[in-house]
Amino acid sequence: MFNILKIAIRNLRRYKRRTFLTSILITLGVVSVLLFVSVAGSFKAMMIGQITDSMMGHLQIHRKGYMASMDSLPLNRNLRGKQISLVKNILEENDQIEAYSMRLKLGAMFSNFSETTNIRLTAVNPEQELRTAPMLQDRLLKGDKKGLLNKGEILVPELIARGMNIKIGDTVVLVATNKDGSVNGQSFVVRGILEGISGPGGRDGYIHLADARSLLRIQGKEISEVAIRLKDMDALETVFSSLKQRLAVFKTKKGKPVYEIHTWAKLSPFAKIASMIDLMTLFIKVMLVAIVLISIMNVMIMSVYERINEIGTIAAIGTRPGKIMALFLTEGLLLGIFGTLIGVILSLVAVAAMNVSGISFDFGRQKGLLLSPTIGTGDIFLVVIIVIAIAVLGSLQPAWKAARMDPITALRHV
Amino acid sequence: MPIVAAKHLCKTYQVGDIAVPAVRGVDFTIEPASFVSFVGPSGSGKSTLLNMIGCLDPPSDGSLEVAGQDVTSLSRKDSAIFRGDKIGFIFQDFNLIPVLTVYENIEYPLIMVQNWPAAKRRKQVEKMLEAVGMEDQANKFPSQISGGQKQRVAVARALVTNPVLVLADEPTANLDRDTANRIITLMKKMRDEFSTTFIFSTHDPKVVKSAEIIFNLEDGMLLSEKIN
Repeated sequence: MFNILKIAIRNLRRYKRRTFLTSILITLGVVSVLLFVSVAGSFKAMMIGQITDSMMGHLQIHRKGYMASMDSLPLNRNLRGKQISLVKNILEENDQIEAYSMRLKLGAMFSNFSETTNIRLTAVNPEQELRTAPMLQDRLLKGDKKGLLNKGEILVPELIARGMNIKIGDTVVLVATNKDGSVNGQSFVVRGILEGISGPGGRDGYIHLADARSLLRIQGKEISEVAIRLKDMDALETVFSSLKQRLAVFKTKKGKPVYEIHTWAKLSPFAKIASMIDLMTLFIKVMLVAIVLISIMNVMIMSVYERINEIGTIAAIGTRPGKIMALFLTEGLLLGIFGTLIGVILSLVAVAAMNVSGISFDFGRQKGLLLSPTIGTGDIFLVVIIVIAIAVLGSLQPAWKAARMDPITALRHV
Repeated sequence: MPIVAAKHLCKTYQVGDIAVPAVRGVDFTIEPASFVSFVGPSGSGKSTLLNMIGCLDPPSDGSLEVAGQDVTSLSRKDSAIFRGDKIGFIFQDFNLIPVLTVYENIEYPLIMVQNWPAAKRRKQVEKMLEAVGMEDQANKFPSQISGGQKQRVAVARALVTNPVLVLADEPTANLDRDTANRIITLMKKMRDEFSTTFIFSTHDPKVVKSAEIIFNLEDGMLLSEKIN
């Protein structure tokens, strides 16, 4: 095998320009794929991070049926007393969960005493919420970020604040109707102005959970959703399946499930953009396969054509067809390895350069997001495997042709 | 036992709908350690005959035994194995592998065909280099040596596996007269040293003289057998 390798290397060196150009083509393909994967992956991870860490959490548990009528923020589909305790117990037992936040969602009338508008509110326990959505504080455009909010305080969404000229320290009134139809009002001090982001809940105001209970005159425990943050985002599907299984055992008297659980992807429209990014990545990988396949096949066909006489010679002196085939396959393999190796090195250098230069971009209303591309070893491994496999595949037909060549015909070739 | 025995050996090529006979019912035997030449004009069937003896081309009819083996119906792979074990080839155009040095060209059949261990291989290659007088050119590439030197390397490559038979198709056609004579002398010397049968084809009358047995071919038929 070493001797085949040695001869294959020398054959590649014999046609330096062709070897160089083919390798460059493979290298460019590898660099394109790895850079696209790293930048798109970074963008995707950043946007998912923004959505999960500043708003949604990684998973959410609701009472069955809540999601279907979520837009109207129904109070009659909240989780109560024992239902909440059961969820808490299950979450406490799972060591892959970093934090969870009990939330109560409600709609209310928001008044600054001169104007009134509708507002969607998420009532939270600030400590729980900050552990579950640690980047929520970063969305505060104005106001004290420390501790998020206290009882009697409200975080007003940017759009309402701007439209109604709300300032930090202003007193506002929230008027809400509880599930029994009785109306109640309560005054709040504006603690902060909250940046709006896309997705459900991205334009909600925030109040303390205790305030929501008093506003809605809720006796006992009652929540709309439990937002969950995982220690490791990669364990999302595992934890989701495990929690789904655990929650599925709880049924109503009519035998219907009590809970429903969703991943962030089911709740956020950005999941579709993420899927499109994945699709584009796949498309780019297919392009790479085509580039490698065409370039390797082309160079190997040329190589066989130019060395017909030589193939005739080695076949005549007794080289078995299998060894002739191995020789050409090795040449294709080496081209693939060489092009890929250079491509991976260049990609790593380019990614490092991008990180050093600090490339920023705007996404929707979010400005100056800093891109931090990385290339995972999994991605490198996958690209290397794809390119090398395709290089061998591309060499297969020319190598087969060389191995099957009739020695006499080959020896007569000029 | 003869090293080559042919009975009513025929080879017919099909060109479209037309059958073109290249060798027409040839009978001959060649004894081991002979120095034999097939002589005849172009198209007389010399090369076809050598190709059949060398298991590169199967006969259309008749029987052919080489080194005691019936080679008329060998598979592609078995033909390659047989050639690698028993036969050495010398070509008109030398056919050295351009990316390998002189040493590596001679070593090639021992690695790629017979898989000799490194130490034994080195000893054998050095012996061949010395035999053909190319020790001082061992590290040169084919592009760096003359035509005569290339053919010396080809002779060494043909003999390195200790074959029972060496086939040389017009081995001196691309060489000047002096060099051609030296190559023939070298081949004869190798025959004497290694007791290998040499069969070569030529249409050069002066080269023919050096053969011990001369088979005269014309239109695919054996006209005469002459012992010098």
